[in-house]
Amino acid sequence: MVKEKKTLNLNFGPQHPAAHGVLRLILELDGEVIERADPHIGLLHRGTEKLIEHKTYAQALPYFDRLDYVAPMNQEHAFALAIEKLLDLKVPIRAQYIRVLFCEIGRILSHILNITTQALDVGALTPSLWGFEERETLMTFYERVSGSRLHANYFRTGGVHQDLPMGLAEDILKFCESFPKIIDDLENLLTDNRIFKQRNVDIGIVSQQDALDYSFSGVMLRGSGVAWDLRKSQPYECYEKFNFKIPVGKNGDCYDRYLCRIEEMRESINIMKQCLKDIPTGPIKTINGKVSPPPKSEIKKSMEALIHHFKLFTEGYRVDAGEIYTAVEAPKGEFGVYLVSDGSNKPYKCKIRAPGFSHLQAMDYLIKGHMLADVPAVLGSLDVVFGEIDR
Amino acid sequence: MIIELEDLEKVINSGLTTFIKSSEIKLKQLIIHCKIENISEIILFLKNNEKCKFRQLIDITAIDYPEREKRFRMVYFFLSHENNNRIIINSDIEINTKVPSITNIFPSANWMEREVFDMYGILFSKHPDLRRILTDYEFEGYPLRKDFPLTGYTEVRYSENKKKVIYEPVKLEQNYRNFDFESPWKGTKYIKDQSKNKNQE
Repeated sequence: MVKEKKTLNLNFGPQHPAAHGVLRLILELDGEVIERADPHIGLLHRGTEKLIEHKTYAQALPYFDRLDYVAPMNQEHAFALAIEKLLDLKVPIRAQYIRVLFCEIGRILSHILNITTQALDVGALTPSLWGFEERETLMTFYERVSGSRLHANYFRTGGVHQDLPMGLAEDILKFCESFPKIIDDLENLLTDNRIFKQRNVDIGIVSQQDALDYSFSGVMLRGSGVAWDLRKSQPYECYEKFNFKIPVGKNGDCYDRYLCRIEEMRESINIMKQCLKDIPTGPIKTINGKVSPPPKSEIKKSMEALIHHFKLFTEGYRVDAGEIYTAVEAPKGEFGVYLVSDGSNKPYKCKIRAPGFSHLQAMDYLIKGHMLADVPAVLGSLDVVFGEIDR
Repeated sequence: MIIELEDLEKVINSGLTTFIKSSEIKLKQLIIHCKIENISEIILFLKNNEKCKFRQLIDITAIDYPEREKRFRMVYFFLSHENNNRIIINSDIEINTKVPSITNIFPSANWMEREVFDMYGILFSKHPDLRRILTDYEFEGYPLRKDFPLTGYTEVRYSENKKKVIYEPVKLEQNYRNFDFESPWKGTKYIKDQSKNKNQE
């Protein structure tokens, strides 16, 4: 007689500390082995794409902070680049350096959060206590340059909002000197840790072919041994001027992805140092008055500047009709913006390509045959943030 | 060997001749326009051809043009790591056209097609699991269509009587103010006024 197989359905989330947000994961279990995983997403859906269609280009920018809210400026970057390509606008070199500097800060912000919470999910508390202190320092840099810790709204079409305040560059440089020590400390806690390795090595293995088929990007792709980084292969902004390495994993498991992230933080520090060393002086946004507002002092003196200011903050600027797909290497992978303009002052269509969306999609493939306890480990190494997945 | 976009356009045009309606290079992007019936053949060709090698699907989306006879435009994005190239494929479809699913070629198309279905109501044939994905479980309507209002139709609140979250028609405390600066003298249309007028009629 064949024994009838009974599976157990388990609801993981929507409120679960290891779900990194609001994910409802329906698991089909045979004992403790997972047979099927069906992620239900959309609990944080705010209709960003619809809202953007009803806002002018300048008003649409802050929505990008709210996508992947642990690395806001990287998202703004993609949108700003897309508009600049449509307008065929040149960004001053100093603005490019500032953008790169803050994108790398964003990458470290995101990687610290991911590494430490992944460690937390598999049972290590200390890394998050140490890591979050550093995140706080980095967010202070965000605050000093833009006025807010999280939703920066700092990048503008044709540059950035304001120049670095006095002393910020020196403080960031000081951070660059001290931070590698913190990475070493984190590595001391985790890299050779027996428990951390037991929970991560050979868990959630992705082969090279599958990583391509499942539209993986960023660390998920590099962890499986595909040397692909948009900063190197399709350099945008001034990334071709910097000297940095792309860490690539070998086995494609959770542990390799963790190692990739650690190394990427070191490379980011490396880029930031070069950036601070070479940063030129000059304007921080384009002087084209049709796109970027004039400085306050000029408004008081020049009629033309006053008109530009008025037009920019009522009607906004118009963008030539056309379509563009622009992608940047966000901390989580390829973050793309597909912008369709009909020549008016609002985007006709704006599709946001979030890396986490395709990563989470592969959850069923990744977790099948693993134990229930591996779910948080795999989910942690996917680096999901629901702001960008649900949009 | 890296292949230039112009050469790639020639390769694709000669390889797929009849399937392609037109192709162009705009803002350094190769855009191919095709018929939706042939989408699977085209994508298979792009994936397997030695010179194309578009091994990664980046995204699928749609654009709504309500005034056109063929209302929607499907857009597919691909990336080739080997050649460091991108390609955009688009195709105009009518509102009730069933789009052939490409989940058998790229498994990652699954959620992307679900999202297009959820947001635009475009149906896919042979899709293994065509459910809504981002909106709520009993959501009605297709939010990214241009005729769907920004405020939506329903709002939720917790009902103390029923002891659960309930749906109600949208009640706006204040008008949604959409200033139309392109024609300031005409003034703006308020949603609340519009709905009032409708009720009076």
